[in-house]
Amino acid sequence: MTNSTRSAPELSRQVIIVNELGLHARSAARIAELAQNSKAAVWVKKGAEKADASSILDILTLACGKGSKITLIIKDKADRQILEDIANLIESGFGE
Amino acid sequence: MMDAATEDIILKGISASPGVCIGKAYLVYREGVDIVEKYQIEEKSRSNEIKRFKAAVKKARDELRKIVERSPEELQRAHILETHMALLKDKMLYGSTIDVIKNEGVNAEWALKQIVSNLREIFQTMTDPYLKERAGDVVQVADSIMQNLVGAERVNIAAIDKRVILVAHDLSPAQTSQINLERVMGFITDRGGKASHTGIIARSLEIPAVVGLKSATLSIRNDDLIIVDGNTGNVIIHPTEDTLVQYEERKINYEEYKAVITRESQAPAESADGVRIAVMGNIELPEEVFALINYGGDGIGLYRTEFQYFNRSDFPGEDELFDKYRDVVEVMDPKPVTIRTLDINGDKALANHIDSGEKNPALGLRAIRYCLKKPDIFKDQLRAILRAAAFGNVRILFPMISTYFEICEANRILDEAAESLEKEGLPYKRDIEIGAMIEVPSAVIMADVIAESVDFFSIGTNDLIQYSLAIDRGNEQVAHLYQPLDPAIIRMLKHVADVAREKAIKVFMCGEMAGTPHHIPLLLGIGMDELSMNPQTIPDIKRVIRSLNVADTHAFVNEVLKQTTAKSTFELIKATYGSILAEQTYIEEEI
Repeated sequence: MTNSTRSAPELSRQVIIVNELGLHARSAARIAELAQNSKAAVWVKKGAEKADASSILDILTLACGKGSKITLIIKDKADRQILEDIANLIESGFGE
Repeated sequence: MMDAATEDIILKGISASPGVCIGKAYLVYREGVDIVEKYQIEEKSRSNEIKRFKAAVKKARDELRKIVERSPEELQRAHILETHMALLKDKMLYGSTIDVIKNEGVNAEWALKQIVSNLREIFQTMTDPYLKERAGDVVQVADSIMQNLVGAERVNIAAIDKRVILVAHDLSPAQTSQINLERVMGFITDRGGKASHTGIIARSLEIPAVVGLKSATLSIRNDDLIIVDGNTGNVIIHPTEDTLVQYEERKINYEEYKAVITRESQAPAESADGVRIAVMGNIELPEEVFALINYGGDGIGLYRTEFQYFNRSDFPGEDELFDKYRDVVEVMDPKPVTIRTLDINGDKALANHIDSGEKNPALGLRAIRYCLKKPDIFKDQLRAILRAAAFGNVRILFPMISTYFEICEANRILDEAAESLEKEGLPYKRDIEIGAMIEVPSAVIMADVIAESVDFFSIGTNDLIQYSLAIDRGNEQVAHLYQPLDPAIIRMLKHVADVAREKAIKVFMCGEMAGTPHHIPLLLGIGMDELSMNPQTIPDIKRVIRSLNVADTHAFVNEVLKQTTAKSTFELIKATYGSILAEQTYIEEEI
């Protein structure tokens, strides 16, 4: 969980975790895989807590169960497609 | 090290698999991983230190990849190993360690140790049991890096071909899948309990094992001569001449005894007055079936199905379950296989079951309650069972029934599962026996009603005792109050058996009580049709049954019912059957 410090322009999108299993090791790994290709930081925010989307462990610490509302944040517009991809992955329930 | 030891060093652990073995120790984890040196790295050498760390991670990844590639698919562990591979490069582990080396100028081992202990703390303090357990993953992953860093020679377990006794702190799923356990005489671990995966494997291979020794890896060195007594849970390091002789004798005695009873055990258990009692085995892994057959089991009285749901983040599919069930059913045919539907609960939390933070999981959403709430998951399992039933003699057992409504619902969903199979034209068998686990006091009281909807009862004594006496066995303050012979329990058992007889259905027992020799006269007297237990106790129980006269046990039960305490009941058993029991079972006195 990292505190946000800089106030660079950012894009965000809200998604709800729909899969039965929530963000557990395997789903977190799939998000991290996508986020690792980003140009700048990609964050997953739940409530006041923020996690680095490219780290499985960081995502796990947010303990996102089914029905959790989370916000995906990118720091660079160039990562827009990655934001969309992650959001779609989550909304599709990880194909479970 | 055979030089004259003058005193035995004895470690006490938990007996996980019976038998005695004497041999040389083979440590799976060399020492050195837990003790980490700290030293400063000068600024100009830090990039080299980082390179050294990266190389250690790469080596760990390569090793893991090889294990993944070699793992047979049926082990179902590959996905854990794949997650481990991803974790090796995770920012919070990998990136943070590099940052610490760079910024604090400490050696890689020390930096890694700091990072891991932080991560472990974060996960261990989480409430979700699934997430809590991820701390173990982090530690295992870090250990593999650490071993490469400290240059500890990595033990290639798969290559062990000496007849050795394995000594390990704990055996991870990756390790157990590699060990060629047939080559190992026995094994001991610092961690783990009777029900741990390694214990199950040891029992199925019939090699002695002692677990939960806490500090075996610290006290034992490679090639030390050790004795493992899986009957008592003792491990002796550097035994004296006298002790060695004593244990050689014990080993021979035990093996002779086992050979005799295993032979005898293939015959049915018929009491002295000609009553046949089915003596069945409880299993969890398909691999255990062979031990069960060896021990002379008359069938499977309890097939626990949770194992396939553990250590994974998705649910097993119907076909996967069907394959496993079919294997067991085909091997056992025509003997019955009693498949208990998913019984997940607090102490066996499913990796993918999002824990709702239940304060009291024993009284929470578990077993049939969970399945009725998740009909899709339930139906997958029921379809797999019905399909496997086409290949042999299958019974279904619904766990933790506490109301009549639950058994009706379970039967309704079972019908739906059968209809869907019919529509799809898949082979299945619907005409199988349905049973209710009797393990909640309300089910005892409603037994006459529940009996209308089932073909048999199976009494699960572990939970029944816990729920009836309101005792949490895990709580040391009250664990001594957990008494199978409490008169309240005996009356309940009698009631259930009486109802079963009246309603002309069968009554079985599959809790620990059924596998305890001194409970047998009582259980026969009450009228149990079938007893199911850990496979290795089957021969003992068969012997006890053969020495008893069932007609006498009925009269004995009348005396038992007059007792008012667990203690006086036990005294009565001892006075009446003590000598028979002592003759028929293998009891060793402690040295």
